[in-house]
Order: sequence, then structure tokens, then C-alpha cells
Amino acid sequence: MTLISEQQLPSIVKRLAHQILETYPGLNNAVIVGLQPRGVYLSDRIVAALQQEIAADKVHYGKLDITFYRDDIRRDLHLAKATYLPFSIEGKTVILIDDVLFTGRTIRAALDALLSFGRPAKVSLCVLVDRKPSRELPIQPDFTGKEMADASPYKVKVRWKENDGVDDVILLVD
Amino acid sequence: MALTTKHLLGIKDLQTEDIQLILSTATQFKEVLQRPVKKVPTLRDVTIVNLFYENSTRTRISFELAEKRLSADVVNFTVSNSSAAKGETLLDTVNNILSMKVDMVVMRHSASGAPHYLAKHIDAAIINAGDGINEHPTQALLDAFSMQEKTGKLAGLKVAIIGDIMHSRVALSNIYLLKKMGAEVMVSGPPTLIPTYLQKAMDVQVEYNIDKALAWCDVANVLRIQLERQNQPLFSSLREYNLAYGITMNRLNKLNKEILIMHPGPINRGVEMDSDVANSPHSIILDQVENGVAVRMACLYLLTGRSNPA
Repeated sequence: MTLISEQQLPSIVKRLAHQILETYPGLNNAVIVGLQPRGVYLSDRIVAALQQEIAADKVHYGKLDITFYRDDIRRDLHLAKATYLPFSIEGKTVILIDDVLFTGRTIRAALDALLSFGRPAKVSLCVLVDRKPSRELPIQPDFTGKEMADASPYKVKVRWKENDGVDDVILLVD
Repeated sequence: MALTTKHLLGIKDLQTEDIQLILSTATQFKEVLQRPVKKVPTLRDVTIVNLFYENSTRTRISFELAEKRLSADVVNFTVSNSSAAKGETLLDTVNNILSMKVDMVVMRHSASGAPHYLAKHIDAAIINAGDGINEHPTQALLDAFSMQEKTGKLAGLKVAIIGDIMHSRVALSNIYLLKKMGAEVMVSGPPTLIPTYLQKAMDVQVEYNIDKALAWCDVANVLRIQLERQNQPLFSSLREYNLAYGITMNRLNKLNKEILIMHPGPINRGVEMDSDVANSPHSIILDQVENGVAVRMACLYLLTGRSNPA
């Protein structure tokens, strides 16, 4: 079952970029941080869309891996990907980007990881899909591509051209 | 995503994929160590004992730092001020420590095979921090990491291991690892310090002429002359060893190329390597030490995930 089609996805990405710019005009004192591994596909698109609107050097873009901050390493060992934050986050607004917001545990770990780099003035969250009824921690997104209102028995799979050959979001039987 | 082994006893037991996994994880930990806060909470529920039955500076500090950077609780044991001095057996000592709920053991011992023996009798994951003249797996991993970092590859790399091959666990672990990763390995040094079976058993080249070995290699890993393990004279004097086999600026200047100089430490300056070589830009000895912490963090992280299945 398709949740977001290949036709819908580019306009959602564009909308998210516009909403971010509306809230943080010119991205003044704001930085973009994509979460490894799969949030980075979305943040790459959003950053490209932002660079259509404002000068490319105004967009400070980093990537954050949260593997070493997870609360489930005893259950499943994950492969760490590269963290690359070529700027200071001290006193900045950090806009975290991930593909699916599910239990909230990844974002909890990301907040922890972020604090190892300094003390941001504010952290805000942008996701493509919000599985709101499945939340286990008090964490909410500020920018949402699509919200799922019902607790779904399905797995949400976000597919990206670079990795899966197609840009869309589908529901899979878990 | 896990290692194929429960313990890290030697490179001999690792698959190529294990080595790649450790090296790639170490790359990420090296980045962690550049952050303003160099500590991650990954192993905050893990207690690790460092059992050192043999002296060590680098390895013990490196392991302890790696454990602390991962937020593990750390207990240090050195044989000189322990009950082992009263005659307690290794297994008794370890079982007593483990009954106090310790999850992992990092062990150095002068007897080859000591950690392998322990692994047969206890459940906790064991990391071998050097056993006699057998293996020193984390040293080989950090050597490989450093070579890969500087040259961009391991496959096809020409590595000369020079000096006291006979008594060196670093040499054996390095040979296992480099062969598994597709590097070419040559050992060089006096015939009395190179085991005669090595060429056949390990498929390495043997070169008794140090200048030829240096001319051949991309990387020279120079080993310490281990006087404490030699109970008979294997060369006539340290002075003569330096003249015939020591790495000197003179020797390096005669080469028409740049090679990397490595040493696992501690250096006998003026014996296997001259001071000006150790301090020269050729030398990546301090990079090795820096990388050691990241590599050991990777080993600890990958082994704990394995040792406590939910």
C-alpha cells in the first residue's frame, strides 16, 4: 500500500523546505542536521530545496549518527555511519531531520548525541512521516510531511532512488 | 551486525568481515574522540576488569581510556599488588572477580594461551591484550587501522616487519591480519630472531638484509628487541644489532622513496630504531597510539553487543 507516491514526494519535500524557511527566515543562526542512516536521504533533498530559495552558503548542513547513544544496543548491534558536523552548534537553532518518527527513541538518542557537540539554543524536528499513535516518549515534530492518525500494524518503508530505485513511502506487513 | 566470535583471543580466529567491521567502527569512534565531549554512553551498563599479569603502559592506559570513553565501569588488576602473589590460580582469581558481576575481561599474561584457557572456563567475553609470544590482536588492528588511514589501503600494501620476530606477539598478530586483508608481508632481522618455519607456515617472505627489506616495503613495522624473553644470547651486542639491523636516518635517506615507519612501543632508542627516525615525519608511532583508543573502543563495543543477548 502506498502512503506517499512518487508524484507526491517532491512537493512534500518542497513544502517542508518552505515551512522551515518561513519559521527561520534565511536560516539565520540555524543549521540543518540529518540523522544517519536513512534521515540523510530526506535531508539531502530538503537542503537541495533550501538552496533553490537562499544562497547555498547560508545553508549549514551536517550529518549525525546516533548508534553509540541508542538504548537498545543489547538487543541489536547497529553499524555506525559517519558523523560530520563541520560547524559549531553552540547557541544555534538545530533543525534535526529524519525520515520516520515512530517511538521517539531515535530522537531521544539524537538529542543526547547533539549535546556532545555543544549547547544549541533550540532544537527543532522535521520528519517525512509521523506515526503519532506509536510514540513511547514525549517527543513531537515541528515540521511533518504526513501524519498517520491510526496505530498501524504495518511497517512504514521510505524508499529513496539512491538506495531503493524509487522515491515513495509504502506500508509493508511486518 | 556482529562479530563472528564471542571473544577476541587472536586475529587467527577472525574472519575478514570481522576485521573490516572493527576497522570501520573504529573510524566512527575516532570521530567521537575529536568531539568537545569525547564520551558516549554506549557501555554504561557494562563492567570491565583489566587483568594485567604482565607490565604495560600503552596498552593498559589505552584500554582503560577506551572503556571510560564508552562509559563502562572499570576495575584494574595488576599482579604485583594482588592475591596472585599469594599463590591464587588464574582461574580462581578470575572466578572471584566475575562473581562480583563483571561482564568483560581484558587480559595480558606472560603465558601464551592463557586467555584461550580462560575462555574455556568462563562466560564473560575476553579480550586478549597480549599473551606471551602468541598474539596481541588489538595492536595488529590498530597497526592496520593506521596503515589504512595513511595509505588508503591494506590489500596489496607491502609491509616489512623488522626485528625480533621470534619473541613478538605483535609480529604474529600483524602477519595473520595483513595476510587476511591481502597485504604482502616480509619479515626481516637476524636469522636467530626469525623462526625457520615462518616462511612456510605463514606464507611470508624472509629477508635477512635490512636494506633490501626497506627498499621493498611501503611500510616498515619495527619491533622491540625483547631482552626479557631471551634467555640465551641471540646476537652479540645491542651496538652490533643497531649497526646491522637498526633503522637509521642514513638507511632511510638511501631509499629513493618515502616509507612509513611504525613501532608498537616501547622503543629501545638507539637499538632497533634511532631517535631521529622515531621523531621524523616518516614515523607514525604517535598516530598508532592515538588510533589505539578508537580501535579498542570498537572491539569493546562490538563484543559487548554480542556477549549479552537479550
